[in-house]
Amino acid sequence: MRLEIGKINITDIRFAENSKIENGVLFVNPEDLKPVVLEDEKLKDVVFEIAKPGESVRITPVKDVIEPRVKVEGKGGIFPGMISKVDTVGSGKTLALKGMAVVTAGKIVGFQEGIIDMSGPGADYTPFSKTINLCMVCEPVEDLKQHDYEKAVRMAGFRVAAKIGELARDIKPDETDVFETCGIKEGIEKYPDLPRVGYVSMLQTQGLLHDTYVYGVDAKKIIPTIISPTEAMDGAIVSGNCVSACDKNPTYVHQNNPVIEDLFAQHGKTINFVCQIITNENVYLADKERSSNMTAKLCRMLDLDGVIVTQEGFGNPDTDLIMNCKKIEAEGVKTVIVTDEYAGRDGKSQSLADADPAADAVVTGGNANEVIILPKLDKVIGMLDYVNLIAGASDKTLREDGSLEVELQVITGATNEMGFGKLSAR
Amino acid sequence: MAKYKVVHYINQFFAGIGGEEKADIPAELYKGEVIGPGTAFAAGFGDEAEIIATIVCGDSYFNENIDKAKAEILGWVKDLAPDLFIAGPAFNAGRYGVACGTIASAVAEELGIKAMTGMYVENPGADMYKDKVYILETKDSAAGMRDAVKKMTAFALKYVKGEKIGASSQEGYMNNGVRVNFFEEERGSKRAVNMLLAKLADKPFTTEYPMPDFDRVAPNPAVKDMAHATIALVTSGGIVVKGNPDHIESSSASKYGEYSLAGVTDLDENTFETAHGGYDPVYANQDADRVLPVDVLRDLEKEGVIGKLHEKFYATVGNGTAVASAKKYGAEIGQKLKADGVDAVILTST
Repeated sequence: MRLEIGKINITDIRFAENSKIENGVLFVNPEDLKPVVLEDEKLKDVVFEIAKPGESVRITPVKDVIEPRVKVEGKGGIFPGMISKVDTVGSGKTLALKGMAVVTAGKIVGFQEGIIDMSGPGADYTPFSKTINLCMVCEPVEDLKQHDYEKAVRMAGFRVAAKIGELARDIKPDETDVFETCGIKEGIEKYPDLPRVGYVSMLQTQGLLHDTYVYGVDAKKIIPTIISPTEAMDGAIVSGNCVSACDKNPTYVHQNNPVIEDLFAQHGKTINFVCQIITNENVYLADKERSSNMTAKLCRMLDLDGVIVTQEGFGNPDTDLIMNCKKIEAEGVKTVIVTDEYAGRDGKSQSLADADPAADAVVTGGNANEVIILPKLDKVIGMLDYVNLIAGASDKTLREDGSLEVELQVITGATNEMGFGKLSAR
Repeated sequence: MAKYKVVHYINQFFAGIGGEEKADIPAELYKGEVIGPGTAFAAGFGDEAEIIATIVCGDSYFNENIDKAKAEILGWVKDLAPDLFIAGPAFNAGRYGVACGTIASAVAEELGIKAMTGMYVENPGADMYKDKVYILETKDSAAGMRDAVKKMTAFALKYVKGEKIGASSQEGYMNNGVRVNFFEEERGSKRAVNMLLAKLADKPFTTEYPMPDFDRVAPNPAVKDMAHATIALVTSGGIVVKGNPDHIESSSASKYGEYSLAGVTDLDENTFETAHGGYDPVYANQDADRVLPVDVLRDLEKEGVIGKLHEKFYATVGNGTAVASAKKYGAEIGQKLKADGVDAVILTST
């Protein structure tokens, strides 16, 4: 499959009467976007705000981060199975608004959302301090349960991102990247001497607000399968979860999956990038066994020589990670796993909830328990009401001077397990 | 600004006294003297630090009279009250490495003075002491002196000034089991691809997280007489008295709570809730028995299946909580349950 991603660099976002994109500036009228959010009767109100890199702004509680895009050629639409029909995506041409993101926020579960600081020490840890963010703080109708609120905000974020992406339909991209995978037989003929490499992505599916969707299907209910990596790049996988902010994979990271990008960079040179295998992280042992068995079997059936396995979340999914690694290695397929660590605030504890000698090649996104002081910033987009309760905070988090004492865990994307950032630990 | 004060420990060989034939010389204190490799350290310290004394001890003497030698040296160091104690570098000299590790860790632990040493990674002293003091990695012989002194001097100055010590891979000390964050040059995905390419080509690569020996606990044998057993409930699912009076954190719990079940037959939404930040709390908050099955145990108590339900339960939040903390809470809770005569425990998670 051949996918072209046309990049339109957005250098500023401004509120204006007419929504449009001109010379790299996104002009947006919140009144155009409001109905898109409030078409869901579960949401009572929404406030749009703009946060720019370097500003003294803290966004919290952050739910998801989404890159606005528009599909201009080829099958399918934006977020197939979610807000577009389920046509297979991953081929044709998609335009992406680079340098910006839609950030959804709200007090959804209180403790399972994150913090994005646009400046200060916290900004170093989140990739989204470098994007210009159009933030939408969504207020639910009264007595809405958390899972209904989550779904409403999730879907509203996708609709807004698509609405903004649509503004780019006729814009000429600043640059275009082309990604192309080949069929199994074609790949073997084309690259007979290159090692066959796959990418195993473990999707967060612990349930109860810990879900990921593939073409609209709750990934909890899938049996591991193969997709073209261009499908993931084209919006086939979206985040639907509220887990610790540091190592959840926002939709933005699925759209810009760094492992896929870096494997494509080697494709046809040092490796033959064969496919992406998607699997889940269910909580029942039988599900864990079945999914890891299937994943290892797919690696064998595809005659892969090596795979990279990435994770989402921690604790319970560590067991899936180790099971996958052990079983894939046992099939004779060389494995590298990408994870993060919960080694305690002092860094002295065991980092993962499971371990096995087969996991001899580990890339880590750092220790999420490390404590950081986030100074008071001038403006809060969202609310600080929940800041003492979010995962990685404590009753001592909000200090007298307005600064926050928190673990890196609270920062969106800080210890990403797809290798999106540079943080690591030894 | 006053210079930082350093005391340096070396063996008979590096002091220029002699080789194996002099290895049995007792410890001696040379106040105000800079000897052997100390000269190179002093040059590296410049105006920032000075060696105020050198302690020389024969390797055989130290290892054969360990308690005596240690006590004597600690006494001197205590009186000198330096800001930093440096031993070695010992390279691959086994007895010297063990002596450096022993005395440096004793200075750190017993006197609370910053201490460090340097040696070759295969020196037996390395494995014995790398988790107790900073051990800078050196080459295997004194031919690597220049390099060792350079590394140790840079580290020593940073350490004595109280600057933030980075990860082992950045600073050059041996991995001491303490995980330290830092920013890599390349993003994680690129490092993963590079690691895979090396692994595929059978080239050497270094894992960023060596797997630990995993601690697996075998369950106790089954309880023979359930009808007379006292059963306790312990959970990592975060069930607490409504309002979370102990403020147990939603993740990375720094404590556990002890709560009474006296007179409680059923947990309901007015009295109990979850503090756990790792799952949708709706169902647990509606009916906390779903995580901590008090109602069912009360039934079993009534039916005579179990002797009784213990009148207290213990709860923490498992979400992101460090294994070391969990281990500590487990041990304490275990002691309390034992003291209260509990026969068996049902552990529930989420």
